[in-house]
Amino acid sequence: MNRPDDYLNADYSVSSWLLTTDHKRIAILYLLSITLFFFVGGAAAVLFRLELMTPPGDLVGPETYNKLFTMHGVVMVFLFLIPSIPAVLGNFLLPMMIGARDLAFPKLNLLSWYLFILGSAVATTAILMGGLDTGWTFYTPYSTMFAHTNVVTGVLGVFIVGFSSILTGLNFIVTTHKMRAPGLTWFRLPLFVWALYATSLIQVLATPVLGITLLLLVAERGLGIGIFDPAIGGDPLLFQHLFWFYSHPAVYIMILPGMGVVSEIITCFSRKRIFGYPFIAFSSLAIAALGFLVWGHHMFVSGQSAYAGMVFSILSFLVAIPSAIKVFNWTATLYRGSISWQTPMLYALGFIGLFTLGGMTGLVLATLAVDIHVHDTYFVVAHFHYIMVGGMVMAYLGGIHFWWPKMTGKLYSEWWGRVSAAVIFIGFNLTFFPQFVLGYLGMPRRYHAYPDEFQVLNVLSTAGASILGAGYLLPFVYLLLSLKYGRDAGRNPWQATGLEWRTPSPPPTENFARVPEVREEAYAYGAEEAP
Amino acid sequence: MTTPAHHFEDLGQQREAAALGMWVFLVTEILFFGGLFAAFAFYRSTHYDAFARAANLLDWRVGAGNTAVLITSSLMMALAVRAARLGRRRDLQLFLAATSLLGALFVAVKFWEYAHKAAEHLVPGFDFAVEGPWAQETRLFLGFYFVMTGVHALHMVIGICVLVTLWEMARRGVFSPERHALVENAGLYWHFVDIVWIFLFPMLYLMGAH
Repeated sequence: MNRPDDYLNADYSVSSWLLTTDHKRIAILYLLSITLFFFVGGAAAVLFRLELMTPPGDLVGPETYNKLFTMHGVVMVFLFLIPSIPAVLGNFLLPMMIGARDLAFPKLNLLSWYLFILGSAVATTAILMGGLDTGWTFYTPYSTMFAHTNVVTGVLGVFIVGFSSILTGLNFIVTTHKMRAPGLTWFRLPLFVWALYATSLIQVLATPVLGITLLLLVAERGLGIGIFDPAIGGDPLLFQHLFWFYSHPAVYIMILPGMGVVSEIITCFSRKRIFGYPFIAFSSLAIAALGFLVWGHHMFVSGQSAYAGMVFSILSFLVAIPSAIKVFNWTATLYRGSISWQTPMLYALGFIGLFTLGGMTGLVLATLAVDIHVHDTYFVVAHFHYIMVGGMVMAYLGGIHFWWPKMTGKLYSEWWGRVSAAVIFIGFNLTFFPQFVLGYLGMPRRYHAYPDEFQVLNVLSTAGASILGAGYLLPFVYLLLSLKYGRDAGRNPWQATGLEWRTPSPPPTENFARVPEVREEAYAYGAEEAP
Repeated sequence: MTTPAHHFEDLGQQREAAALGMWVFLVTEILFFGGLFAAFAFYRSTHYDAFARAANLLDWRVGAGNTAVLITSSLMMALAVRAARLGRRRDLQLFLAATSLLGALFVAVKFWEYAHKAAEHLVPGFDFAVEGPWAQETRLFLGFYFVMTGVHALHMVIGICVLVTLWEMARRGVFSPERHALVENAGLYWHFVDIVWIFLFPMLYLMGAH
């Protein structure tokens, strides 16, 4: 095979991968690592979904069950979702989308991957040593005084991974400000870049607070310095405040990039300029900003003052506005577009539906009185899985399918792609919709056993999870097969706009032979087919 | 050494990127310390009397002396940056050495203070023996004292390592008026760590004085 030089065949040695500063290769390193963790976190979910098939705790005991859902949460949130779209697709695409040869700090980019590997290795060590059972939220005083598991090791792992996330965000912010091609003004940027920018702001502003909070937790548990210890006048609720000051914005780290991906896909497969570009761009920033003001809605029943609860409730409602602006604009883009049902489009449409349901149920939870009824039930579990799995994972897979030809130069089987999108959509809804009902009926989360009357819905959910798991294995298989058997993709298989489609697939190491000059706005679709 | 790295168009772009990157990093640092300051402010308001009394366990004269040392080191750092801009290699080495030595003096005094606290049985979780009605709150205050000044001292140690590296690079003649972004960025970092102390000192040492 006689391929021109590209980033994949530039050098085949192991060290050329492990010491690379090429943003595209680092993206591939992230892709491989987080795929591994996706399946690790998924395996834990398989085990506890099996346990929940029957009302009594027969497959695993309560302690193992607690460790399983903690492992699932920690791995999926910190080692998969947070790095997913930014570190894989963002790393790969951001420089190309803005016409740059690399990120502003390529070595820092490699360092952030190594920090990710180091942190995840420490977290994995905690799991191998027997795991931890605090839940991914590490609430004190449970995590400091009562848990007899590997809390310090696990928390340190998350702490280290946080720096990887901060450095990625820092790199993206500087790159977006300083590395844009001539003529590429802010309002000509692809919306994915706006979404990444908003995400990076959150990563840079919120993650350090998680860092110091986890450090205080380690100081209390490991060194006996009781910052949150009520016995010496400390306040465990303070831990929750500090934790959610990061972790609520982190929810938007786990959805904004997905929204960016969906904006790209919807406009491409509608063959239509995106509707309301500035609204979508600014709604990303609005979500990032509002996201910092709503953390208290996680503590409506934790003894927070009633007035604080009211303020947090109102602010939480406000987040619905920029979110809805996005959904309306995507829908308006679809309206009278020439829609084609390619795999990425199926994922993007799935995202819109599932995200809308997840967002709407978020309003239910932001309502003070209703939240008291459904707090800590499966209703909450279903809600955030609709956002994080129905939203972010769908968008991530949509993005992987959309840019796979660019990353690898190969086309995957379109038929299998559509099948997988459909299977995942069905499996997801069958898994999590029953959980809304379960929660509303009063089944609390984080228990390994439950009363008999909840069994039917739990069996449905477990059946859905099996379909969902099979759905996730499908792309793993056919995407890998496409590397060997796939047809060559060519520069631009989707006839998409955007600078990344103007270079060969896979792109050369330097991305562009000549730095492109931009003369028009993003998404000049449909100029030829306008009425 | 005056060509930009391969992915930059020119040195100006590279310099601007480095400066912006450092500022964004400092924002991260502000939030990192911000979490600590917020937690401290909360407890300070809920346990005001106990914290004011516990603050008297710290010797404000040592803190004030260390503040003077740190501010002088910041002056040296500013002079080092100026020397780098003007391309005066010998001055640059001199001021970098002065900055790191003063930094080291600060850390040494800090550890002397820690040793003193240990001798007085005032280290929570290690050797803590305070009696009386506010013993627990005192423990909370001292916990904050050790975490906050400890994290700050860690930043100082990292800063000193950076400065020593820069000193060695300056000796090899790496820097020039066109190319000294590392010195500028180290300067920003050093001043930031200095400013953190400027807040820590009155908050911890001077609280009980009135």
